[in-house]
Amino acid sequence: MAKSHVSTTVNGDPVEFLCDAPETMLDVLRNTLGLTGTKEGCGTGDCGACSIIVDGRLVCGCLMLAVEATGKSITTIEGIGAPDRLHPVQQAFLEDAALQCGFCTPGFIVAAKALLDRNPDPSETEIRYWLAGNLCRCTGYDKIVRAVQHAAAEMKGQPA
Amino acid sequence: MTAETGIGARVRRKEDVRFITGRGRYTDDINRPGQLHAVFARSPYAHARIGSLDISGAEALPGVVAVLTGADLAADGIGPLPCGWMIHSRDGSPMKQPPHPALSQGTVRYVGEPYAVVIGETREAAQAGADLLDPDFQELPANVDTASAQSTAPIHDGIANNLCYDWTLGDEAATDAALASAAHVVELDIINNRLIPNAIEPRAALGDYDAGTDMLTLYTTSQNPHLARLVLSAFVGLAPEHKLRVVSPDVGGGFGSKIFIYSEETVCGWASKRLRRPVKWTADRSEAFLNDAHGRDHVTKARLALDAQGRFLGLKVSTIANLGAYMSTFSSSIPTYLYGTLLAGQYTTPAIFVEVRSVFTNTTPVDAYRGAGRPEATFLLERIVETAARELGMDPAELRRRNLIPKDAFPYATPVALVYDTGDYQACLDKALALSDYAGFPARKAAAKARGKLRGIGLSCYIEACGLAPSRLAGQLGAGVGLYESAEIRVNPTGNVTVFTGTHSHGQGHETTFAQVVSSRLGIGLDQIEVVHGDTSQGQFGLGTYGSRSLAVGGSALMKASDKIVTKCRKIAAYLLESKPEDIDFEDGVFRVRGTNKAKTFGEIAFAAYVPHHYPLEELEPGLQETAFYDPQNFTYPAGAYVCEVEVDPDTGITRIVKFTAVDDFGQVINPMIVEGQVHGGIAQGIGQAMLEACRYDRETGQLLTGSMMDYAMPRADDLVNFDLDVVRTDCTHNPLGVKGCGEAGAIGSPPAVINAITDAIGVRTLDMPATPLKVWTALQAGSAAAKGS
Amino acid sequence: MYNFTYHRAGSVDAAASRLAESGDAKLLAGGMTLLPTMKQRLAQPSELIDLNEIDGLKGITVSGGTVTIGAMTRHADVAASAEVKQAIPALARLAGLIGDPAVRNRGTIGGSIANNDPSADYPAAVVGLGATVVTNKREIAGDDFFTGMFETALDEGEIVTAVRFPVPQKAAYFKFPNPASRYAVVGVMVAKTASGVRVAVTGAGPCVFRQSDMESALSGNFSADALSGISQDADGLNEDIHASAEYRASLVVVGAKRAVAEIA
Repeated sequence: MAKSHVSTTVNGDPVEFLCDAPETMLDVLRNTLGLTGTKEGCGTGDCGACSIIVDGRLVCGCLMLAVEATGKSITTIEGIGAPDRLHPVQQAFLEDAALQCGFCTPGFIVAAKALLDRNPDPSETEIRYWLAGNLCRCTGYDKIVRAVQHAAAEMKGQPA
Repeated sequence: MTAETGIGARVRRKEDVRFITGRGRYTDDINRPGQLHAVFARSPYAHARIGSLDISGAEALPGVVAVLTGADLAADGIGPLPCGWMIHSRDGSPMKQPPHPALSQGTVRYVGEPYAVVIGETREAAQAGADLLDPDFQELPANVDTASAQSTAPIHDGIANNLCYDWTLGDEAATDAALASAAHVVELDIINNRLIPNAIEPRAALGDYDAGTDMLTLYTTSQNPHLARLVLSAFVGLAPEHKLRVVSPDVGGGFGSKIFIYSEETVCGWASKRLRRPVKWTADRSEAFLNDAHGRDHVTKARLALDAQGRFLGLKVSTIANLGAYMSTFSSSIPTYLYGTLLAGQYTTPAIFVEVRSVFTNTTPVDAYRGAGRPEATFLLERIVETAARELGMDPAELRRRNLIPKDAFPYATPVALVYDTGDYQACLDKALALSDYAGFPARKAAAKARGKLRGIGLSCYIEACGLAPSRLAGQLGAGVGLYESAEIRVNPTGNVTVFTGTHSHGQGHETTFAQVVSSRLGIGLDQIEVVHGDTSQGQFGLGTYGSRSLAVGGSALMKASDKIVTKCRKIAAYLLESKPEDIDFEDGVFRVRGTNKAKTFGEIAFAAYVPHHYPLEELEPGLQETAFYDPQNFTYPAGAYVCEVEVDPDTGITRIVKFTAVDDFGQVINPMIVEGQVHGGIAQGIGQAMLEACRYDRETGQLLTGSMMDYAMPRADDLVNFDLDVVRTDCTHNPLGVKGCGEAGAIGSPPAVINAITDAIGVRTLDMPATPLKVWTALQAGSAAAKGS
Repeated sequence: MYNFTYHRAGSVDAAASRLAESGDAKLLAGGMTLLPTMKQRLAQPSELIDLNEIDGLKGITVSGGTVTIGAMTRHADVAASAEVKQAIPALARLAGLIGDPAVRNRGTIGGSIANNDPSADYPAAVVGLGATVVTNKREIAGDDFFTGMFETALDEGEIVTAVRFPVPQKAAYFKFPNPASRYAVVGVMVAKTASGVRVAVTGAGPCVFRQSDMESALSGNFSADALSGISQDADGLNEDIHASAEYRASLVVVGAKRAVAEIA
């Protein structure tokens, strides 16, 4: 069966790839584009480890067909910040030790960024409700919630 | 410099930059050229004989490279997966250990058991091949139930009553006498619910055999790569130890489930050797539910004897523990030495007797899961103590206080084989009561009632034995391996340091904590220290991470290695400074002749050791590198007091935790920020066990009913609150750091606090975990029906 | 997933004719149920016809006392819509309670009602608010649309294009989510409309249903007290590991009372 040719934008860069119809965006990110920061925890949209931002919206990479990426703009954990230029959410996760094994962490950071992009001043309840799509087995969420609050405060303090 | 980065400092985790930027390197992130993909064919039945298995259709499929079965495994001499802990029954007979082949050989005994593997050029091709396998399954009667397992049809040939062993501990006569003479006897039936671990990273393995060097490299999601190598070479026969390299790179959570030697890792290594190509497998979530070893699953009857003043006189416990269909790596030890020995808890109970019958069922093997035996012991004890307080009309805090081992009674020998070295249980309880405003609870309960809500409060005073383990004692008790730990410090010629530990970090933050220890001891900055773990070709042998052992045992080895480095440095410094080693002071990274300005920095000493132009070569070897092995003299005994406060909506049974307080004594704490995170995570898993996580099998078919995240509920962010933590500190007396371990405490201490709170809120004697809204509502209905009837 | 072909439809007509040509093709809307089902190899369509690029299927309009929501409108857009919040706040609230943010950002109202999961939220809105389902062929009254568990009145090749909600005088939705899946164990939509009171229940039975005893009681007296004598028969309600039929029956009453209390 012929592969589909997809032109899209990933982390601000134009990207082209070939894929089979059943391949998910997560498959292509990890296996074709080598962007392994996005993780697969369940493959069925229940754990949030594969969270990515597509045209400004938080989605599960495991439940998006790669062919759907045509013409879209995709942000993965690799596009949110790098070791020498951390995003405020990443900085807060670092300072507050809001992670342990690190496997769910890219998904949480992507989800938290998506939250703060639309709601710069979320309450603890709003943070907990928004992050309910992301499972973490290590942290009990306590430090994650505090880190998101911390990041929100930092981002508000920054000049726009 | 080191005060900000050394022991006790809230240092940012060194490992985190890679994780927060998506640069972690987990097993599934690794790919090798020419790699093949393995898909396992798994039993759809809980118990069946495989009459015939035709693999020709799958073999002929384009893209399928090989179809391998249990027969191929046996023909290649790949042995069964062993259980590493021998338990003897009360009559002295050894436990009955059935063979556990990595691929089933003729009979499948639980849903999901692998009976063949299809290896393809792609995962899709391998899957298509596996779909073509259609064995002639002849279904056999299956049993998944723990309580009735001894009276159902045998699962393994020659193992009567499905009984692996019938083990006892303690003085039965003394306990019976206490029960007979007691003013009060409280009886309680308790189920400790089966759990499915669900680390967010699924297990994965990549076997990569190099025919040129005859070296097999196995990348795998293991908590203990060195032990995996030992078992796979010595017992399973995968490759000689020196021709097997096991690499556990970043590992995404374990909680026990990644300790064990499983079929899939074994098969990927074996298949790579056989096919001369890399072979990769990554579990999907469904496989994780069906095949990662489950936890808990006890059915228990307990009786507590008290005198008229509420003092505990004796405790008698009878437990049936479910092992699943086969014995996983450490499964035999969990319901015995990690359970029965903990039944004294924090109390002075003089007579304790426990009997444990471990049984086989047609379920996934059961083994250690966060806490492993100790949560089961704590749940039983803290539930029966709470029940006793209610039945005697005493304040639960006061009843506990009356029975706590006093601070001045240490070392304290329990009637169940342990000697607690230190603790201050009274202080923990007092602090927890104060922090939780226990005294203010009646007012909060009244206020809740005015809002139509039922508020309850529950306590739990836990103890655990961790820091596994004194090797000699473990050996006497049946362990197949030692349980010391190792560390090596390689000082590089430029004065920075590479540290190798035999433990493994999969969330615990060793790269930071261990560096803090070295920073404190050697007086160098954290940025000068690299901690390496997880690759048998790099570090020396070690035993891995589980049982809250890494810092207590591995950190102590690191202290020993650091001390050896300092000792050698003193000798070098004395030579360079024309003094004597005993006259050299070492502080903040500087070696100084006492009372003088003559000094050399750590870096200068390192350089001198590697460029030994001016060096005491007659007495000292050049170089600066030391290895230490540390075998603990005793377990460590973290303890604490937890208070949970809940609010129940009586109309719906929906229960919210409104406040959770945890006061722990971990001895010395190296990095409070990391320790808090460990406690948070443990509490969350304990709350999960208490309120959400129910592993359910269909009793007729043996199918796993909770085989996905849509059915098996785990705590999510909006299920929990922030936790209130504090500490009490009594340092461990027998390890050089004074540390006790913190990884499991939360999961051990929290379940009884939650259930005590809920039963308090709704006024019932017992409630099985998980206390779902359905169960709470049903209990409330039964209560109001009873009230109406009376 | 089993293999399949992917076809991006440019229009509803094109999607419909493609669907008619291919016997076992399926429509891809948000994919939040279809894709997990396919990934677990419980479905094997030969082709997916993607509706996501058809602009005419997206969007919310409010006019003349009617809120019209295009079939491919995401739950998140309904939840965040100022117009929906103004006209039918209970509908925005219901959409905001579905799944989690990632599900709400992909899942669509058309996909949800066409799938008719017995635990889905939207059927309670369609029935409870007396909505009309618009397809490429006709209009179907909400009361007639849901015909059984995972069954609807849609014919072969028929595609939902929009849902029209008449603006009620007031409405409220109360939901008891399954702690694992976040689907409704029970969800109750109560609405006071120009043509009477409606009470629709999802999650409890094999298919969304109207609770007529409650509707009668509330017609005379729109207050929670009016429901005090009313019980829900547990017969025929769903039973699973999360909730018994009796528990669900009880939640129906509790949910209805709370919904009424919120707006009475």
